[in-house]
Amino acid sequence: MEITLRADGSKHRLAVDPRTTLLDALREGLGIWGPKKGCDHGQCGACTILLDGKRVNSCLALAVAHDGAEIITAEGLATDGELHSMQRSFIENDAFQCGYCTPGQIVSAVGMLGEVEAGWPSHVTSDVSGGEVSLTDEEIRERMSGNLCRCGAYANIVPAIREAAEGERLT
Amino acid sequence: MKPFRYDRAGDISGAVATLAREPAGAFLAGGTNLVDLMKLGVVEPDVLVDVRRLTSPAIEDLPDGGLRVGAAVTNSELAADRRIRCRYPVLSQALLSGASGQLRNLATTGGNLLQRTRCAYFYDTTTPCNKREPGTACSALEGCNKDHAILGASRHCVATHPSDMAVALTALDAVVHVEGPAGGRAFPITELYRLPGQEPERDTTLEHAELITAVDLPPLGFSSSSRYRKVRERASYAFALVSVAAALQVQDNVVRDARIALGGVAHKPWRAHKAEDALRGRPAVEETFRVAAQAELADAAPLRDNAYKVPLAGNVMTRTLLDLVEAR
Repeated sequence: MEITLRADGSKHRLAVDPRTTLLDALREGLGIWGPKKGCDHGQCGACTILLDGKRVNSCLALAVAHDGAEIITAEGLATDGELHSMQRSFIENDAFQCGYCTPGQIVSAVGMLGEVEAGWPSHVTSDVSGGEVSLTDEEIRERMSGNLCRCGAYANIVPAIREAAEGERLT
Repeated sequence: MKPFRYDRAGDISGAVATLAREPAGAFLAGGTNLVDLMKLGVVEPDVLVDVRRLTSPAIEDLPDGGLRVGAAVTNSELAADRRIRCRYPVLSQALLSGASGQLRNLATTGGNLLQRTRCAYFYDTTTPCNKREPGTACSALEGCNKDHAILGASRHCVATHPSDMAVALTALDAVVHVEGPAGGRAFPITELYRLPGQEPERDTTLEHAELITAVDLPPLGFSSSSRYRKVRERASYAFALVSVAAALQVQDNVVRDARIALGGVAHKPWRAHKAEDALRGRPAVEETFRVAAQAELADAAPLRDNAYKVPLAGNVMTRTLLDLVEAR
């Protein structure tokens, strides 16, 4: 089946088997290697992309069901050759070891900050009927629980995300 | 993955008519559970009828003060909705305790209700499973069954229902709207689910090609005094060992009314009518809550590895009710 995807700012027409996931369409069809195939079952988060602005597991989304979608991967976060503030913060905080989960972590963190900005509560938000959400380390850990890091770089991932969030608030 | 045909109908009646002609077909919405099961060969539909863009993605106010949730509303949007958070906090909390941010952004209300059990034998196509292949056997009955049911199971199946959202909806007396080949109907969510009996392959009472289009939350005077408590093996991103959804109305330190449902203990979200009956008119103190929990769990029939769920369910029920009293 023929579908159209707008991926990292470029429009593509591609022919896909109905079984193709967005992850395979991006990697095999378009050569966008940022989203990683970790578990391929929605458990690890390495394949996280922004789909029409929302972070999702691209391994569980069938490409044919998302014809016309706007997709951003880790490779599309940079603008005019400048790394995204989240990417810079991961580098500055040494927030990875092997790097396999990193594109998914970074895209997930960017999507997650959008959710916080929209006032979405989380499982650790003490009062869901309350107003503002403050981004404590506990909130970051809970909201990022869909991204696993087998190297265990969490100790630096949490501060990297906190710093990027604080930086965005300052600018 | 077995090849299948992908079909996108123009409207709900078209989707229902298409699937009615395809006995081995299935509806597709967010796909977070179905696509996974297809990759594993656990389910092998030959046609997928995509309904994600057909049912409503909106949460609407009803004239009676309740809310109507369209089947395509994502788990994230439902959990974040101001009206849900203020009027039905138990539902928001249940949703937020399930899955991950990424999954909640894809998963829909209709699909969440219809997700399949996470019994490891159901997922493992090399083992017998009556739910996956009727008439084989239940591998969990004598196998590793620490995650399995303590209430309402049969010797044909001891699986539990995995949804957190459905537990909250069961406590809230939600009403499910479906469209099918024979027309539309609406019924309480407790009539959507069934116990395994001799037909564990049927999770629900839906007929083939019946599509969930919306879920109504009736107005409940005390639903703002509600909460969800979930116990699991990790701090986050895991299915419930036991969970409790409860709403409590207390006046002059006496329980006027209560709604309680349990997750992780049965083939369906377990409405705790016996506990509710044991609460009404009694003092709102720990002793009352313990007695009520025991009334509900008196029929529990634990397996080799899951006897821990009986005291756990009792303690979680008691603690949740105490939390609601203390939060007043």
